[in-house]
Amino acid sequence: MKKLINSPDAVIPDALRGLAAAHPGLNVDVENRIISRAERTPGKVGLVSGGGSGHEPLHGGYVGRGMLDAAAPGEVYTSPVPDQILAATEAADAGAGVLHIVKNYTGDVLNFRMAAELAEDDDVRVVSVVINDDVAVEDSTFTAGRRGVGGTIVAEKVAGAAAEEGADLDTVAQLAREVNERSRSFAIALHAGTVPAAGKPGFELAGNEVEIGVGIHGEPGRQRGEFAPVKDLVGYALDAIHADLPVSGDVLVIMNGQGGTPLIELYGAFAEAADWLQGHGATVARNLVGNYITSLDQAGFSITVTSLTDELVRLWDAPVSTPALRWGV
Amino acid sequence: MTLDTATAVAWITRAAEIIRADESRLTGLDAAIGDGDHGANLARGLAAAVTSLEETQPESPGKALMAAGRGLVAKTGGASGPLYGTGFRRAGKELGDGTDATGVGDALEAMLRGIEEIGGAVQGDKTMIDALAPAVAAFQEAAGNGADLHAAAVAAADAAEAGLAATVPLQARKGRASYLGPRSVGHEDPGAASTALIMRALAEVTAP
Repeated sequence: MKKLINSPDAVIPDALRGLAAAHPGLNVDVENRIISRAERTPGKVGLVSGGGSGHEPLHGGYVGRGMLDAAAPGEVYTSPVPDQILAATEAADAGAGVLHIVKNYTGDVLNFRMAAELAEDDDVRVVSVVINDDVAVEDSTFTAGRRGVGGTIVAEKVAGAAAEEGADLDTVAQLAREVNERSRSFAIALHAGTVPAAGKPGFELAGNEVEIGVGIHGEPGRQRGEFAPVKDLVGYALDAIHADLPVSGDVLVIMNGQGGTPLIELYGAFAEAADWLQGHGATVARNLVGNYITSLDQAGFSITVTSLTDELVRLWDAPVSTPALRWGV
Repeated sequence: MTLDTATAVAWITRAAEIIRADESRLTGLDAAIGDGDHGANLARGLAAAVTSLEETQPESPGKALMAAGRGLVAKTGGASGPLYGTGFRRAGKELGDGTDATGVGDALEAMLRGIEEIGGAVQGDKTMIDALAPAVAAFQEAAGNGADLHAAAVAAADAAEAGLAATVPLQARKGRASYLGPRSVGHEDPGAASTALIMRALAEVTAP
């Protein structure tokens, strides 16, 4: 294993030290692993998210004006612990309650739930919205349900903009839920990422194989497929999204790299996605192309499509100033 | 023999040792159908539980299990932290003064109920419940037939290992393995594997 690290144990503290050095406007608590905004606006709803590390810039890269107030990064691919989420919640609380944006994984849901109970004991009102936009997973009331993936970024941006405008906790939470309901994602990997402590890739693919419906933790997807030109891979992903929630009208598209994909390939993939969507009567009104929710050095892409309203466009366009998203400021 | 404070502490300490020793096997099981971190996470959580026992010097076996549970919640992360942590805290609360085989059986049942309650899994979902539920049933049956603590714990460990083996043909309905759908069939569940090790640790530390 060759990685730009000092040792597997040092990966997270070193990355947090770097985040602090690069963004002096953020409070980065390396010891307790909490990233928060330096300034607090009294009476503003606080936004907290968190999850396993290895998905950078998610979530620490989305802390700042117009988005999250605090983030709690766990070990690589492992949810943060309740005390850590509680501390992030307290850092975000400005008297108007705190929204937890939680990706739907059993560990994240359980640890956030325990933290929310602890916060309520301290008289901080917490509302949780669970994001579950990955159409690759069969949804059923008897299973853990769909995973939360790229739709999380849209929810954090839209809810963060509403909170910045002074919306109350229930309104901010409802917007995050609306984004989740309007967002669908699908991912295909070309090769797996390597967890530093494990030292080898999460799964092995033959030269002509791709992992279809892969998750963001190197967990294998629902099936192996045959390697194909990008047009076909993007078409497969969009077919899956379209079958679950038909695309039409104005959409936001995130053509996301999983960490090990060159931007030149992502732009090629985005071109295919734009053509496909136009052919299906949808218009790409807003987009992101790049690495926004990664899986270490996994190669491949995920596509997130959010069906927009005028209100969602307005909140998406609102000023944001974070390490990973910055416009209008 | 009863589950006195020293034995309760020895249980957690021994569980930490054997999970650490088997960390790479657990991680391998998890890599096949999950995300490959179960061994490392649980080893870290149990090490924290042992540290918390050393620091708090609990005065009763129930308090020892509760302190271990708090350590697990605080340091494990993932799903296994809240699940095992809640399990040990509930077991500790239930244990009270009745620390013979019957009392420990009740505590193990409280552990099972706590994990079922927060995790929402039932037997057959290919989770730790598939090892824990038969272990608790075997423990209580043995205790009901007059077995001492060690004999009941051995019966529980054997049943947990059989429950683990029985997870191989199951399709996961909870946890990360559930994302694989039918591809989760044919593998041992890593959570059931760690539960079997924890029950084996109890059998070992109660040996005369």
